[in-house]
Amino acid sequence: MTQNADTLIIGGREFTSRLMVGTGKYASFEQTAKALEISGAQIITVAVRRVNLDRSKESLLDYIDLKKYTLLPNTAGCYTADDAVRTCRLAREAGMSDFVKLEVLGDEKTLFPDNEELLKAAKILIAEGFTVLPYCSDDVIVCKKLEDIGCAAVMPLGAPIGSGLGIRNPYNIRIILENVSVPVIVDAGVGSASDAAIAMELGCAGVLMNTAIAGAQDPIAMAEAMKLAVIAGRLSYKAGRIPRKLYANASSPLDGMIG
Amino acid sequence: MKILLNGEFVETAEGATVASLLQQLDISRERVAVELNADIIPKAHYEKQPLCDGDKIEIVHFVGGG
Repeated sequence: MTQNADTLIIGGREFTSRLMVGTGKYASFEQTAKALEISGAQIITVAVRRVNLDRSKESLLDYIDLKKYTLLPNTAGCYTADDAVRTCRLAREAGMSDFVKLEVLGDEKTLFPDNEELLKAAKILIAEGFTVLPYCSDDVIVCKKLEDIGCAAVMPLGAPIGSGLGIRNPYNIRIILENVSVPVIVDAGVGSASDAAIAMELGCAGVLMNTAIAGAQDPIAMAEAMKLAVIAGRLSYKAGRIPRKLYANASSPLDGMIG
Repeated sequence: MKILLNGEFVETAEGATVASLLQQLDISRERVAVELNADIIPKAHYEKQPLCDGDKIEIVHFVGGG
């Protein structure tokens, strides 16, 4: 099976799915669990927050089979390296895993990364043995620096978080792909299945999304669409597309036309 | 004695430990992390980690997120 051999390796772990899915913004935990299952994702992101002291609310993890997924705790909402590092340490203690999606935000309106704080936090975390997957700008210089300090992947945005604008920066993503060796995963920006396919056709190792699925009118159907789009985009990339030409090139033979 | 737990003042018994606090709150230790005065307490130390009046404690877990 060609598809099965085409695995994604991050931080020494092997994955067959190249779609990573967030667990926020769903209507219910049942819907979250169903969407995750249909998506085929093996890596799912979670956030780290205070527990409810009244215990009246159920927990997400009550609905998720932890044997099936690699949890990727995020540092969403952190605006400084210190806060992000603190959150990662708590995540490791809670989840007993070294995987973290590191995000250090610079601005509430754009949710664009603060790359300076991101690099600072990544250095500390890598020294402490974390497997760091950083959400970063679509900037090859930043991506190279993140790779150089030991990040297990780089995760440039395709468009602002939750915007659904699609892959607005295919040339920047291509430049990143040509210049870093770690997996490049587009994180943020995807709105529809075609966006996911475009990211994969560029040669990205994977796509991470949340709102595009959770915010769809039918999240379960969109989870399936995304699964298929990521597979299709990956196969299309590997198959090698035809060159673009300005003029037509007939598909049917010109010989043997009736007289 | 009073402790500051997740931003709220909570009354807890003298001699309480991290383990007894979690039990009092009916919180399973497997899926949480505990920070005591900004230091993470490893799960193996919950039984022997005493709490003092005025301690600042954070108990966190995983929630849905992107």
